[in-house]
Amino acid sequence: MAEDAKSPAKKGSTRREFLRNSGLTVGGVVLGGALGSLLGGKEQVATHDVAPAPQLTVNPAEALQFFTPDQYRLTQAAAERIYPKDDHGPGAMELNAAIYIDHQLASPWGINSKEYMAAPFFEAEETQGSQIRILRKDLFLLGLKALDAYSQKQYDNPFIDLEPEQQDQVLTDFSDGKVPDISGVKSPLFFSLLRTLTIEGVYADPLYGGNKNMEGWAMRKYPGSRMAYVKEIQQDEFVELPPQGLNSHMGH
Amino acid sequence: MATKLPKVPVVVVGMGWAGGIVSAELTKAGIPVVGLERGKDRKTSDYLMAHDELRYQHREELMQDLSKETITHRNNEKMRALPMRDYGTFIVGDGVGGAGSHWNGQTYRFLPYDFEIKSMTDEKYGPGKLGADYPIQDWGLTYDEMEPYYDTFEKMAGISGETVESYGKRSNPYPTGPMLKTPIMKMFEEATKNLGYTPYVLPSANLSEAYENPDGISRGACQYCAFCENFGCEYGAKADPAVTVIPVAKDTGQLDLRTHSNVTEILNDGTKATGVLYIDMITGEEFEQPAEVVVVTSYVFNNVRLLLNSGLGKPYDSKSNTGVIGKNYAYQVSSASSMMFFEDQEFNLYGGAGALGIEIPEYVGDNFDHSDLKFIHGAGIRVTQYGNRPIANNVVPKGTPAWGAEFKSQSIKYSNSFFPVKSQGASMPYRYNYLDLDPTYKDAYGKPLLRMTFDYTEHDRELVKYISQKTHEIAEEIGADIIDTNDTQNDFNVNKDTNTHNTGGVIMGTDPETSAVNTYLQMWDADNVFVVGASAFPHNSSFNPTGTLGALSYRASEGIQRYLDEGGSLV
Ligand SMILES: Cc1cc2nc3c(=O)[nH]c(=O)nc-3n(C[C@H](O)[C@H](O)[C@H](O)COP(=O)(O)OP(=O)(O)OC[C@H]3O[C@@H](n4cnc5c(N)ncnc54)[C@H](O)[C@@H]3O)c2cc1C
Ligand code: SF4
Repeated sequence: MAEDAKSPAKKGSTRREFLRNSGLTVGGVVLGGALGSLLGGKEQVATHDVAPAPQLTVNPAEALQFFTPDQYRLTQAAAERIYPKDDHGPGAMELNAAIYIDHQLASPWGINSKEYMAAPFFEAEETQGSQIRILRKDLFLLGLKALDAYSQKQYDNPFIDLEPEQQDQVLTDFSDGKVPDISGVKSPLFFSLLRTLTIEGVYADPLYGGNKNMEGWAMRKYPGSRMAYVKEIQQDEFVELPPQGLNSHMGH
Repeated sequence: MATKLPKVPVVVVGMGWAGGIVSAELTKAGIPVVGLERGKDRKTSDYLMAHDELRYQHREELMQDLSKETITHRNNEKMRALPMRDYGTFIVGDGVGGAGSHWNGQTYRFLPYDFEIKSMTDEKYGPGKLGADYPIQDWGLTYDEMEPYYDTFEKMAGISGETVESYGKRSNPYPTGPMLKTPIMKMFEEATKNLGYTPYVLPSANLSEAYENPDGISRGACQYCAFCENFGCEYGAKADPAVTVIPVAKDTGQLDLRTHSNVTEILNDGTKATGVLYIDMITGEEFEQPAEVVVVTSYVFNNVRLLLNSGLGKPYDSKSNTGVIGKNYAYQVSSASSMMFFEDQEFNLYGGAGALGIEIPEYVGDNFDHSDLKFIHGAGIRVTQYGNRPIANNVVPKGTPAWGAEFKSQSIKYSNSFFPVKSQGASMPYRYNYLDLDPTYKDAYGKPLLRMTFDYTEHDRELVKYISQKTHEIAEEIGADIIDTNDTQNDFNVNKDTNTHNTGGVIMGTDPETSAVNTYLQMWDADNVFVVGASAFPHNSSFNPTGTLGALSYRASEGIQRYLDEGGSLV
């Protein structure tokens, strides 16, 4: 699906072509109805093959619990710039980092259930960690909105329609704090949430929805969760082992 | 209204190493113990799914729930302390086993020098080497007096290691042999030997071989599974109170262990405790547990907080430099390091163990001359191999962006080709680094949170400058392609620095004016209260704290038994 995730958005591709690319056909028949409309209007679709709409999948975890389809696509596009596809292998988009992010924001972690959230909230010094009342799930959505608003302002287009270089510039401005505060929160804080979630989404166990087929691990020759490395750690040569997920421990 | 329960001989608050050891020793002697632990019960079979980096390391599965309680922090008295809302530094244990379930297992003894640091520094460098604002103190007992307790702790846990000649004398070798040496450890070994140092394999509580301890507890060998620190051991190979001392205590039939029981107050009349107040965290019911002796083993932070919230002992006041509870809080100074990158070599860094590593003894304690230096003590310089998990380990050479194409490419290129020569330095007490109660923020039960006033001192910054050069020299001898040396100690940042060693606040000594407990960890101001843990350390050494707090827990257990027999002050 994202074979040209790094190349600029191709203008003028047809709806049919897009749907075929994104796998949304069954036996060559383009799906219409609710699914078709879920993809948004024709005009939008034509320019959005950088971050295609949700696809039909066989993996039940590849579905959304939290994002709207638009939010999902935007997250995919932003995560891909944090961790792009390259010669090493797939980027965040193909690895399903955005699915991972969706699931995390829907979880108790998304509502900061294990953080100290009691008032009062004062402005913090550098050394005191973040002191914000806004929950992660809300901050993320506010951040997405801000990404689009800033892209619109700088380049007259929503984030997902920008050239990769422009997207990188937008993200750099977020990470450098050159963007207006997001509901009182400094933009680097949102950026760091996005970055952290993306890295987790490509490297956490696939049980969480990202790191598709353990390809994030395979790229760095990481064997995942095995039970013992007593032999390997003594060897001078590098020992490459195919990765295993936590599901391999079930039934023990 | 709290439900009042029948009086018991001993109540222990917290079931980590300190609480576990005290409970085992007392119940073995036939003394009934009520153990109150705020977290849940845990056992080895719980860890079937423990090889989950996200859940255990980044979502802190085994740690204290900060929504219920945290600490507040400020770097100095001029700042407003704010709560640590999310974990960054010092992750705090919770549940049966405490932090002893998810520790690394690096198990040292402190040096003879540590216990007499004040006299030895004065003697060698003249009084006032550090100035009046650094209240270094002798501990009130010597290494030789501590030795038998270290020996007992090491035998119970099955510590593996090599004898180091320049450290304190041992009555016995380590109960098990040293851990394996991996290629990166051998590289450090060779380089440091070339430089004239004497490297040794880290003493480890990850069992190097199958072992049966004197209590009859048998455990299997470590499998170098790489999910150790932050994780529980699915083999029971890592010494953990939940697989060593707590089962022994349970077996006696004398331990009444109550989980989800959060102690909020030590009831007392000013000179003696009468028991504790606790809340069942699931039902919200409140109980009063009267007891003959109260043993506080709830880790440094809650040891201090419970005393202050209960009005026990004289709170420390930095202005008048009086009082003791909260005094001499110390941390660890670990910023000096040299990160090494290799172009054509890949190592099997995905494997490892929490206490797998190698270190040199030349720059700890007073093993080198400090005459021209503005600090005392020093740091262990080492290479470790814990197992590089992929979310946490995306290390790139200096100057590489933190995200995007270049970041991805470099982080993958070096994912099996980097390791640091790092250090762990001693932390000296400072008059303006201390713990007290926060005036604003409260825990889930309405009790004031603990407030930490702490920053690195000039002493610490000088130490980092000096030790970082040594890490650089070793890295050069190893011969890495890129070496990034960090020689600067930045300000303490509560969400960034990661070290789990907190010490002080209820320190031991021989003088009630300058210490809170005697050398049996019995409170000067209430002789039926024993406060056990690293809270008793007058300063922090360059070594991990648990060997020493474990040894002190054995000594305290002896003291508690004597107190139950004889009463009164033990010294
Ligand atoms: C990730 C990590 C790695 C570490 N690695 C090492 C290492 O390699 N070497 C080393 O020496 N040390 C290491 N440590 C530190 C070591 O774990 C601690 O020094 C040691 O476990 C402390 O033991 P303790 O019994 O004093 O406290 P804890 O183990 O923290 O136990 C205290 C217990 O008290 C309970 N408690 C607290 N407050 C209350 C209350 N109000 N009511 C009831 N119960 C309460 C807690 O839930 C907890 O179970 C590490 C720590 C961490 C977190
Ligand atoms: S590294 Fe060893 S001691 Fe640590 S959890 Fe794995 S098997 Fe247990």
